[in-house]
Amino acid sequence: MNKKKVYPQWFLLIPLALYVLFFLLPSVLGVFYSFTDWSKSTPKTGLHFVGLKNYIEIFTSSKSYSSGILNTLKFTVVSNIIKIVPALFLAIILFEGMKGMGAYRTLFYLPSIIPFVIIGIIFTSVLNYKNGMLNGALQAVGLGFLKQKWLSDLNVVWKSIYLVDAWRGMGYVMTIFMTGLSAIDKTYYEAAKVDGANFWQRLWNVTLPMMRGAIMINLVFGVTYGLKVFDIIYVLTNGGPGHATEVMTTYSFQFYGAGQYGMATAFNSILLLVTAVAGILIVRGMSRKGVA
Amino acid sequence: MVNSKARRAMRLTAVLKQVVCVLLSLAVVAPLYLVLINSFKTKGEAARMNLNLPTQWVFTNYAEVIKKAKLMTGFGNSLLYAFASTTAGVLLCAMAAYVLSRKRTKLNNFIYYFFICGLFFPVNYVTLVRVFQWMHLTNTHLGIILVFTSAMIPFCVFTIYSFVETIPTELDEAAVIDGAPPTMMFFRVILPLLKPTLMTCFILQFMGVWNDFLTPLYLSSKSKLFPMTMSVYQFFGKEGSNWNYVFADIVMTVIPVVAVYAVGQRYIIGGVTAGAVKG
Repeated sequence: MNKKKVYPQWFLLIPLALYVLFFLLPSVLGVFYSFTDWSKSTPKTGLHFVGLKNYIEIFTSSKSYSSGILNTLKFTVVSNIIKIVPALFLAIILFEGMKGMGAYRTLFYLPSIIPFVIIGIIFTSVLNYKNGMLNGALQAVGLGFLKQKWLSDLNVVWKSIYLVDAWRGMGYVMTIFMTGLSAIDKTYYEAAKVDGANFWQRLWNVTLPMMRGAIMINLVFGVTYGLKVFDIIYVLTNGGPGHATEVMTTYSFQFYGAGQYGMATAFNSILLLVTAVAGILIVRGMSRKGVA
Repeated sequence: MVNSKARRAMRLTAVLKQVVCVLLSLAVVAPLYLVLINSFKTKGEAARMNLNLPTQWVFTNYAEVIKKAKLMTGFGNSLLYAFASTTAGVLLCAMAAYVLSRKRTKLNNFIYYFFICGLFFPVNYVTLVRVFQWMHLTNTHLGIILVFTSAMIPFCVFTIYSFVETIPTELDEAAVIDGAPPTMMFFRVILPLLKPTLMTCFILQFMGVWNDFLTPLYLSSKSKLFPMTMSVYQFFGKEGSNWNYVFADIVMTVIPVVAVYAVGQRYIIGGVTAGAVKG
């Protein structure tokens, strides 16, 4: 059979063109422009090559730019642990079978179909200090001493962001785990039970190794989501109070808004590099576990 | 004796599980109920942001918001972006994934992995704006549609590619021997077989575009281009103290995605987890 004729190569043409124009080209240009003084006044002053100036500014400035990078990394690690660990147990609980399992699964997944912007606005209300539902609920059940200025107290604001993020994302992570669980052959568990393995031994020796695929998916999507996080922080805190919750993407957007495009795209290029490194680390780590 | 003890322990775990699930369900439902119930209140009552029923049901909030927030424009734009880009994207990706999966030359394998990279790497919106200027796409519906189409290529190609593998190649051969031209063969024979995975891609991407905020934030500076997410955010910025309106606006923005979720739930769960089993 003549493959050339049966599978027309031109089928690739349009997607490839779109992808190169709107994904590859901006990424490459972004790295290029990050070494320039590109700004809104460039049409008048011309574009100049400035070497590493933008990067030096990001890493050495007295402003908290570099903490924006650290915050991105912190958010990526913490938000994923907060979602993945409880979601795993929740998936196991639901999967073992209980009344209303289907309804619970549908309900827990529901928040992840709502736009981040909307969730941000909803929780601006829920976390409002004076009238918000959370403080109201705490007061009502006699836990008034736990009331917080959820979005303006420096010591609490990150916890609020993690809370909202988990509210949206945990059901999604759980759903992926449940599919992973459904693919495990039941006989493994029967064999483990015969051997007298307890819950934790079964989890460690059967469930986790057999769920490599699901764990991998959750890690990869979780990490890339975490590194790119923007909407939820932009709407909930807009990087505040002060610059306490600023991340790479919010800084990039600010510089973009201020017309300092070179700086904005330097942040994006750092993000690109961090994503590449994280991707390589995850793939390496998972394949090594596969050998053992 | 031992048996009844074990049974009691089992019953206790069952109760504990239900308690955990009921509490979590409440945590999911309460904020959504808050939005819904307060969207029917007066301004003053909604500002108290509690879960009580309205003392007076104000259904006109919705009509007010549709006028004030220019929701018709937002709704029209969201529908246009989501429908046009998803239709084009899914169709183009089906064609591409089919060829990539069937004809695994070195070049095609490279293209496949090149596409997959987009699943992880961020889009540089700052320079994308520059590309838009060069292509004269600034502040056009077409530009935004093309970006959404491009953005769904990695996920769709990845998902459809693995589905194509499950379709026997004998089908292609039989059709070719019958003398059907390859393009027609693809649309007549292969495309209908891909329907389940195309549905998954369509629904997930439709919701993805509907929910997206970052793309219009960078690429549309005129309100006539705003989708629902942008107009809600703008409205929140302007009328943030009128929680009854804000909540009504939210309800109307969310209803379409919830409807799509309700109709296409089985495709969504299947699609989200397509890769989870294979590993």
